[in-house]
Amino acid sequence: MRKIKEFAADFGWPRIIIFLFLVSLFIVAPFVGVSISRSLSDTLNRFGQNAILVLALVPMVQSGCGLNFGLPVGIIAGLLGSTIAMQLGLTGWLGFIGAVAICVPFGLLLGWLYGQLLNKVKGEEMTIAMYVGFSIVTFFSILWLLLPYSNPAMIWGYGGAGLRTTITLDNYWSKILNDFLAVRIGSGFVFPTGMILFFALCAFFVYLFFRTKTGTAMTAVGSNPDFARAGGVSSDKMRTVSVMLSTVLGGVGILVYQQSFGFIQLYQAPLYMAFPAVAALLIGGASVNKASMINVVVGTLLFQGILTMTPSVINSILQTDMSEVIRIVLSNGMILYALTRKTKVSK
Amino acid sequence: MPKPPPLLSLKHISKSFYGNAVLEDVSFDVGPGEIVGLVGENGAGKTTLMRILFGMPVIAETGGYGGQIELDGAPVSFKTPFDALDAGIGMVHQEFSLIPGFTTTENIVLNREPMKANLACEVFGDRMSVLDRATMRSVAEKAIDRLGVKLDPETLVSEMPVGHKQFTEIAREIIRENVRLLVLDEPTAVLTESEAEILLEALRRLAAQGISIIFISHRLHEITKVADTIVVLRDGKVVKSAPSEGTSVRDIAAWMVGRSVETKRPDLASRTFGEEALRVERLWVDMPGETVRDVSFSVRSGEIFGIGGLAGQGKLGVPNGIMGLYAGGGSVTLHGKPVPLNDPKAALAMGMAFVSEDRRGVGLLLDESLEWNIGFTAMQIRGEYLKRYLGGLLKLRDEAGLRKLAEEYIELLSIKCTSPKQFAKELSGGNQQKICLAKAFAMQPDLLFVSEPTRGIDVGAKELVLKSLRHYNRDNGTTIVMVSSELEELRSICDRVAIVDEGRIAGILPPDADIAEFGLLMAGEVKEEAARA
Repeated sequence: MRKIKEFAADFGWPRIIIFLFLVSLFIVAPFVGVSISRSLSDTLNRFGQNAILVLALVPMVQSGCGLNFGLPVGIIAGLLGSTIAMQLGLTGWLGFIGAVAICVPFGLLLGWLYGQLLNKVKGEEMTIAMYVGFSIVTFFSILWLLLPYSNPAMIWGYGGAGLRTTITLDNYWSKILNDFLAVRIGSGFVFPTGMILFFALCAFFVYLFFRTKTGTAMTAVGSNPDFARAGGVSSDKMRTVSVMLSTVLGGVGILVYQQSFGFIQLYQAPLYMAFPAVAALLIGGASVNKASMINVVVGTLLFQGILTMTPSVINSILQTDMSEVIRIVLSNGMILYALTRKTKVSK
Repeated sequence: MPKPPPLLSLKHISKSFYGNAVLEDVSFDVGPGEIVGLVGENGAGKTTLMRILFGMPVIAETGGYGGQIELDGAPVSFKTPFDALDAGIGMVHQEFSLIPGFTTTENIVLNREPMKANLACEVFGDRMSVLDRATMRSVAEKAIDRLGVKLDPETLVSEMPVGHKQFTEIAREIIRENVRLLVLDEPTAVLTESEAEILLEALRRLAAQGISIIFISHRLHEITKVADTIVVLRDGKVVKSAPSEGTSVRDIAAWMVGRSVETKRPDLASRTFGEEALRVERLWVDMPGETVRDVSFSVRSGEIFGIGGLAGQGKLGVPNGIMGLYAGGGSVTLHGKPVPLNDPKAALAMGMAFVSEDRRGVGLLLDESLEWNIGFTAMQIRGEYLKRYLGGLLKLRDEAGLRKLAEEYIELLSIKCTSPKQFAKELSGGNQQKICLAKAFAMQPDLLFVSEPTRGIDVGAKELVLKSLRHYNRDNGTTIVMVSSELEELRSICDRVAIVDEGRIAGILPPDADIAEFGLLMAGEVKEEAARA
C-alpha cells in the first residue's frame, strides 16, 4: 500500500487521474461505436504531430526562462521555411528538407532577437513571451500579404497577390514523414513510423545537448543563476542559446505538424499553438523550471490521447459537438492547474 | 545625588532560538533621563534584546523569553509593538520606515493626524473628518524644535539627505505625549560625522527633557561621548556595565571582543611562506551593504590570510570583488599577472577559487545532485569530467568521473549524505558548507578565497571545516584568504589578520596580538586615538 502511495506521489496525481480517464475512454469507446484501432492510430498521429512542439519548450524551461508562450516566434520561422521552400518549387523529400534548412537560420535570427528581449525582462519572461508571440503573429499577418510570393498554389486566386490562409501541401511534401516506413495493421490502424522516428531523433539530440558542457551550464543557469555566474558561466548567453534552440525546434516542430496535417496554416493560426504544447508538457509532469524528455513523451501522449478520445466518445454519447469546448477547457485548465503548482516536479 | 528609581529595568532576561542561547541572564537598569549606550559585536544579542523589549511577534513565535521587564517598578510584558508604544517606548530602527512620497510633517504625524470636523461628520460620523493641516504642521514643528535640528516640515522624504530622514524618524517617535524611553538602533551608521554630531546633541537635549534613551552603536567614541552608562554585551551576556566617565574607548573595545581564553599560536614560528602570491592595490568594490572603498594588501604563497571586521564594513566585498562577482576597480595581481576584474570566468581560470558566504544563494545548486555541485565549476572552467566522442566532435558529461569525484570528497570531508545523487538542499548547513569547500577544492586552486566558512553551522561542523582548510593549506601549499566575522576563528587559523573598517583596511595584526588591538581596529578608533595621543 505504501509503495502504491509513494508511486502515486512520485508520478503525480493529476497524471494518474488523466491516465485513468484516458483508459476509461478507451474502454467505453467500442460500446458507443467508436473504433479503437482508428482512435489509437489518431492518437499516435497527433502525438507525432505535436511532440516536437512540446519538445521545443524544454530548453527554455531548463535555462530558467519559463514556459515558452512565445512559441509562435519559432512557428513563424517554420512558416517562412515552408512557404519559401514551396515558392522555390521544392517537392517531396527535397521540399521538406529544404523547408527545414530555410527555417533554421530564420529560427536562429528570430530566436536571438527574442532572447535579447527576454534577458531584459528577467522574472517576467512568460508574460512578455505571450505578447511577443501575439505581436509577431500579427506582424507577419501583414507580411504574408505583402511579401512577393508568386507560386499560384499559394496566393489568393483573385487579385493575384498575398498568401492564402490555408495552403495545401498536396503535390509538395504532404505526409512525407507519416508515410515513411508506415506500418498498416488491419483496416484503421497506421503507425506513422517516419514521424515518430523523426521526433525520437530530435529528442535524442536535445537529450545529448543537455549532457554537453553547454547543456550542463544551461541547466545550472536555470537552477541557480548566481551559482552559474560564480562558476564563470554567463547566464545571459546561456539563456539566449536556450531561446534560439527553442525557437528553431518550434520551427521544425511546425514543419512536422504541417506535413502530417497536409496544410500550411497562416495568419492567425499560429496564435494559439503555444497553449496545447504548454499544457502537454505540464501534464507530463514538468514544472516551470525543470523538464525532461519523459515529461515530453508522457505529456504529449496523455494530452493528445484525451483530445482525440474525449470528443469522439463524448459526442457519440451526447449527440452534440463539444470537441472544441472540451479541448479548450482541458488545455487551459491544465495550464492553470500547473502554474499554481509551479515548483513541484514529477519524474 | 541619590539615584532615582529606574524607569526601566531588565531582570535576568534570557532567550534562545531553537536551543541556541542568544541571551543569558541579561540585567540592567535605565534611569529617567539617562542615556545608556549598548555595545557589542555582531551577534552579541543587542537586536534580540531590543526586540524582546519592544514585543516583536518574532519573539513570541520562537517560544518567548525568560526573565522579567519592569517599567516604573511594575512588571510588563508586551505582546505587540503597539503595547510597547502605548507604554511610552519609542523605537528608531536601523532601516528607515518612512513613506518616501510624504512630507516631513505627514510622516511625523502619520496615523496620529489631528482632524477637523465638518458638516459631513454630522451625517456620516468621524470618518468624514479631514486633516487639520495647520495643527499637523505645528505639531511637527514642535517635535523638530524639541530635537533642536533644522528640518523643513514641507520637504518630501524622498528628496531628503539620509541625516534628515533619521531626524524625521526620531521626531515621529517623540511627538507622542507619553514617550519616556527611546531606543535607537545604530542611528549613526548611515550618517556623516557632522550629522552624527548633531544627532548626539539632539539626544542630549531629549535626555535633559527627561526622556531615557537606549543608544546602540558600533562607533565607540560616540558612546563614550553621549552615554551616561555603558553596557557591554558579549555572546548574550552582560560582561560589563560601567559609568561612561573614566571609561576609555580602548576599555570598551577590549570588553567587547575579549574572550577569557588567550589565543596561543605555537605553530606560528615554524610557518614558512614563498613569494608574494596575491597583490591587491587600491581595490574598490560596489557590493551593496559591503562597499569596499580603498583596500591594498599582499599575501604570500602558502599563507593563510585573514580578513575580519564588523558586518557592513566591506570585508565581504574584498573576495567578491576580486572574483568578479560585484563591480569593482583597482589592481589585483596573482603571481605578477594582472587579474581582470568583473570577469568571474577569468578569475577562476587564473587558478583562484571562491567559497561564497551566501551558501544557499550563490554556493549551491540546491535542486541538483551533489555530483553536479562539486564538479560543475571544474567542468566549466577546466574542461574536466567531459568524455570525448566522435574524435572530440562531441563532448558529453562524464557521469562516472563526476561520481568518483563526489565520492572522493564525501569520504575526505566526511560529508553526511545518502548518496552522491542526493539533492544539495536536503543536506544540513554544515554538510552544505563542506560541499561548497569540495567544489572549490575540485578546482585545485592556487589561491582559495573562503568567505564566512562557519556561518550558521554547528560547533562540530565548524571544527571540521576549519580543520579541512588547515590541512588543505598544509598538504597542497594552497594560499588561503579567509574572511570571517568571527575573530576567534581568524586568530586560531590565520597567519596574519587584517581588519576592515569603513571599506578600508584599518590595520594588519599577527593573530596572537592583544585582543584589545583587534577591538580598536574594528571599532575604527585607531585614527582617533592616534590623533589624541
